[in-house]
Amino acid sequence: MLQVQPSPFTESKDNMATTYEKIATTTLSSAAASIDFTSIAGTYTDLRLVIVGKYTSAGGNTRIVFNSDTSSLYSSTRIAGDGTSASSDRLTAQANLRLNFDGNSTTIPDLLTVDIFSYAGSTFKTSLITSSEDKNGSGSVIRTVGLYRSTTAITSITINLSSSTMAAGTIATLYGIKAA
Amino acid sequence: MATYTLISSNTLASSTSTVTFSSIPSTYTDLCIRGSVRLASAVQIGTLYMRINAATTTYSWTRLRGNGATASSSRGTTGTEIQIGLQTGASATANTFGSFELYIPNYAGSTNKPFSSFAVAENNSTTAGQSAIETFAELWSTTSAITSLTFSDYGTPDNMLSGSSFYLYGISNA
Repeated sequence: MLQVQPSPFTESKDNMATTYEKIATTTLSSAAASIDFTSIAGTYTDLRLVIVGKYTSAGGNTRIVFNSDTSSLYSSTRIAGDGTSASSDRLTAQANLRLNFDGNSTTIPDLLTVDIFSYAGSTFKTSLITSSEDKNGSGSVIRTVGLYRSTTAITSITINLSSSTMAAGTIATLYGIKAA
Repeated sequence: MATYTLISSNTLASSTSTVTFSSIPSTYTDLCIRGSVRLASAVQIGTLYMRINAATTTYSWTRLRGNGATASSSRGTTGTEIQIGLQTGASATANTFGSFELYIPNYAGSTNKPFSSFAVAENNSTTAGQSAIETFAELWSTTSAITSLTFSDYGTPDNMLSGSSFYLYGISNA
């Protein structure tokens, strides 16, 4: 067995540009219907949202809304595995961008990540979504490409559910990634 | 503290049966492991596995796989280690390695540990099933903090070849 020692390179040098930065994080201390990230600066190239979700009742799905815009500008195409078969489908003209489809669990947290590319640009906004929801005998793994057909820069993100609420202990963190 | 920090890395100088990251500090929020592996087994592709804290129970996974011809899904709930994904083996095209990425959020927390894996093995084979792309929903149903990760081809068992590499990053939201 090879034991690997910690690297001495554990901190960035002060004069080194930071390319991956935390913008904001929320850990729920009590149940909440939504989590909002607001006043997102346009100074990054891409955004990455990481959610470890816990839920007060089963069955709902998690979705996000950009800029409080619930007009029918969201679409998505996904590939999914449910432990038995693989499938693919799409949604168009939606009022939000759905992150998972399988129904949330009250006992097992899920992992959801959303990479949002060129969020501050003037073209439509593409995102790559991962949903990892193994439930020890059930659950699913899903990869989704999302599209928000707006040329407006994204300055806020709202996480909410189709039903139920997010439980205490849910963690949502928004990172900014710089290309320059 | 930097947001995205290299904790440790290892590029194999010789064939090795296991690679372990031990004494992982709890000072980060999430872990990300990126690797590139070629197995010593005489196969085109073979599965890389991982054990957490040397545990041999409470692993489960749901997998989505494409093999160049068809897409499929399956799951496991009883393994003594958890699948990370298919990597190239010694019979694959020379100099080709598989690649994988694991993302483990809230690894030091006191809840069950869901995480994701994305693994690929491409070797310019014209035969379906000799390359693969896979993504996993993984779960370690344990409330203990993660302090060590061990990678191995437990099934055979066999070695990982020289040149295989592993990088452990800590991500902080502090």
